[in-house]
Amino acid sequence: MRSRRLHALLLATPGLAWLVIFMIIPCLIVFFYSFFERGTYGGIDYVFTLGNFARALEPIYLTIFLDSARIAGIATVIALLLAYPAAYAITLAPPGRQSRYLLLVMLPFWSNYLIRTYAWIVLLNREGLINRGLGGLGVIDEPISLLYNEFAVIVGLIYNYLPFVILSIYASLQRLNPEIREASEDLGAPAWRTFLRVTLPLTLPGVAAGGVFMFVLSIGNFITPDLLGGGRVHMVGTLVYDQFLSARDWPFGAALSMTLIAIMLLLLFLQAVLVNRAQRDRGTAHA
Amino acid sequence: MPDRAGVHLAARVHLRLVYAFLYIPILVLMVLSLNRAGLPTAWTGFSLKWYGVLAESPAIVSAVRNTLVVAVSATVISSILGTLLAMGAERLNRSSTLDALLFAPMIIPDIVLAIALLSFFTLLNFTLGLHSIILSHVVFNIAFVCAIVRTRLRNFDHSIIEASDDLGAGRFTTFRRITLPVIFPGVLAGALLAFTLSIDEFIIAFFTAGPGESSTTLPMRIYAMIRFGVTPEINAMATIVMFVSFALVLLSQRIDRGSTQP
Amino acid sequence: MKRLGGATAVLMLTGTLIAGSAVAAEKIVISNWDGYMPADLLERFTAATGIEAELALHGTNEEIMGKVMASGGKGYDVIFVSSPFAEALNKLGLAATLDPAALPNMANFYPEAMELKHDPGNTFSVPYAWGTTGLCYRSDLVDGEPDSWSYLLTPPEALSGKITMLSTDRWLLAAGFLANGYSVNETDPAKIEQAKIDLIAAKRGLLAYDDTTFYSKLVSGEASLVQAWDGWCNYGIGENSDIKYVIPKEGTDLWVDAMVIPAASAHKAPAHQFINFVLDAENGLWVAENILYKVPNKAAMEALDPSLIETYPNLGMSPADLLKEEQLLDVGETQRAYARAVSEIMAAK
Repeated sequence: MRSRRLHALLLATPGLAWLVIFMIIPCLIVFFYSFFERGTYGGIDYVFTLGNFARALEPIYLTIFLDSARIAGIATVIALLLAYPAAYAITLAPPGRQSRYLLLVMLPFWSNYLIRTYAWIVLLNREGLINRGLGGLGVIDEPISLLYNEFAVIVGLIYNYLPFVILSIYASLQRLNPEIREASEDLGAPAWRTFLRVTLPLTLPGVAAGGVFMFVLSIGNFITPDLLGGGRVHMVGTLVYDQFLSARDWPFGAALSMTLIAIMLLLLFLQAVLVNRAQRDRGTAHA
Repeated sequence: MPDRAGVHLAARVHLRLVYAFLYIPILVLMVLSLNRAGLPTAWTGFSLKWYGVLAESPAIVSAVRNTLVVAVSATVISSILGTLLAMGAERLNRSSTLDALLFAPMIIPDIVLAIALLSFFTLLNFTLGLHSIILSHVVFNIAFVCAIVRTRLRNFDHSIIEASDDLGAGRFTTFRRITLPVIFPGVLAGALLAFTLSIDEFIIAFFTAGPGESSTTLPMRIYAMIRFGVTPEINAMATIVMFVSFALVLLSQRIDRGSTQP
Repeated sequence: MKRLGGATAVLMLTGTLIAGSAVAAEKIVISNWDGYMPADLLERFTAATGIEAELALHGTNEEIMGKVMASGGKGYDVIFVSSPFAEALNKLGLAATLDPAALPNMANFYPEAMELKHDPGNTFSVPYAWGTTGLCYRSDLVDGEPDSWSYLLTPPEALSGKITMLSTDRWLLAAGFLANGYSVNETDPAKIEQAKIDLIAAKRGLLAYDDTTFYSKLVSGEASLVQAWDGWCNYGIGENSDIKYVIPKEGTDLWVDAMVIPAASAHKAPAHQFINFVLDAENGLWVAENILYKVPNKAAMEALDPSLIETYPNLGMSPADLLKEEQLLDVGETQRAYARAVSEIMAAK
């Protein structure tokens, strides 16, 4: 038994070592940098300070954090609202076809993020297809500003992450025992009530997983605000990027990164708690 | 139950609309790539000239080559390490620390991982180049390969391995004759996924690349093209990249699924 | 066996590709903005000197500074940056001291180009191009000549939402400073604050902040008025003759883009050869004709085809006139206040 464990460890070691060397240690370096001062021309002055974290909490940076959270939050909520019925529709298909439908959803998700984002520049710009289409239909007289604002960023985020959210909700819907739903309906409960009292609570872990994943990926996003925000929409990802390039303030960039990771861990923790509770509830329901 | 049928119909219509939302932007780029004038403003006739422009650009050709070097190398390394890791992890007791460690590379904001790796390489005074991109891409690739292989291992009856061990077969024989054939489709699917992620990855490559064209990958080139103006070649590039990604994902799915079905 | 063969083939392919990309021959790496030198300049250099050269591209000064700071400049042999950044590289000890004996073509310079404030005598940097920042606009879409920075900061209703400004901190703040009659190298916190407030107010009228594609936004009609570097406005003029460039009446900055050899460069002699090659009269002319920016090379500018100056009037601005504007200089410690002000502007609603 002991040798089995040793054998397993031996197999896992190279991969784990890679993750430790190229992920954990680099993140620890960033963690340490966040407690030092910035040199006049950039670089690190090895003088201990908590100033970088204090600065991250100043109103202007806090605003950026809150704005990022708001933008990511709006995008996530809309994505969930779009994803739930879509995932539900997939579960209605004959079992043999479901995986094909799902693949069709996921295909764009695995393709180039930059290009998927760029497509929206083509669609949304002032001289772009949507403006021309609306102008041609006589809906608008003057081109409207669709690009380089929060709207464009939110659309971009939804577009990029919707497939993942659908997948995650589908996974939990599919696990749902249809008999429970039918039983509820046979007992005369109207469909909406069955949905609210039975289906939704049981699929909440999938909703939470998809939502948290999308929120985390959105709040730390750099490419979408950069390309679709036209510099007018600043999110935490942009701020981190700026500290490492424009402002050459690595310690502050490091502090921002650590804050971002802390938010991410907190949300994942909450999600895990939610899933555990849902599982426990289900356990007692069966008992 | 008319209301239920109504709900189902509405859900199906909604799904079609979601598909439209997902695919129309991509289709628009594909159609525009064939537009002679190259501008999104008016259709001026069918032309393949933008594909020709791409093929003749030395910067693009070298970026494609660099991307292949990075993706193939990162895929080979991560497939091996990720598979071993999955086999090891499945035999170890369930540990949430281990799960978190294997999950982290998938969810850590790429800008954070990118600057962390840059800080790390800088501190070590490490010369940046294609090799530093490879080392970095392996990080998230390992996690994806490992996740896919683990799923396969979980669905497979471990008593066969024990039986083989009991019958005195060597570890390597057991691995080669039993484990590998079972997990191979998973490994291949994982490898293809890793390859797809690697050829598309931008931010980490951008931060960990060395100077010059010799370590510029295709996504870095695409980013520059987008940033420096909407040039018509981007549409042609987008079309090719999309088709390649789609083909790889479909292949990966086919391999992984084809083998689970009896 | 077949499968194994496939794997071997893949490995061998990778091996060849890696080997192919790591050429051992001496090769210098030059980092420049995309499109900021003639496409064939490196080929010409190789043909003339036998030295291989590779081009690296950077989008902004900040990007190349970030990369050079991270690598200590290792791997780069000549980098193109704006003069305040060249100064910062020098103060960080990352710029090599240049050997004037290896740069005889500096004799082609206007005398003014040898005495620029950021580096008198060109000891660590050599000017490549110089010019002004101003307003680039569609004369068919803007009424009259927008001859004041106030057009950016408090635009007339008709231009609202059709304006772009530069986003890199020095030039964005310069618009705020100049509109108030301050120095482009302002260090007074109160004045920085005032510029910041004005720039935040200006955000409402903006289409976007844009450092790289503003001229194509003018051409497409997405924007009508953009803050632009003179040479980059010329790209727009080349595509649409209704596009014009104006220096606002409050004045503007003189910017100088320079070539710097990193102290860590392993190929300093060929790097000098490259700079000297660029300073050659004929090559300087080739650069000016191609990128449509003014070069400080007297011999080259005097040979410039007068019809080009007719099409692109800002190419005809004399060095004496250029030097009437205040040169952008490194502001040292104040750079932090600039970065902060810009972050606040970007974050504001």
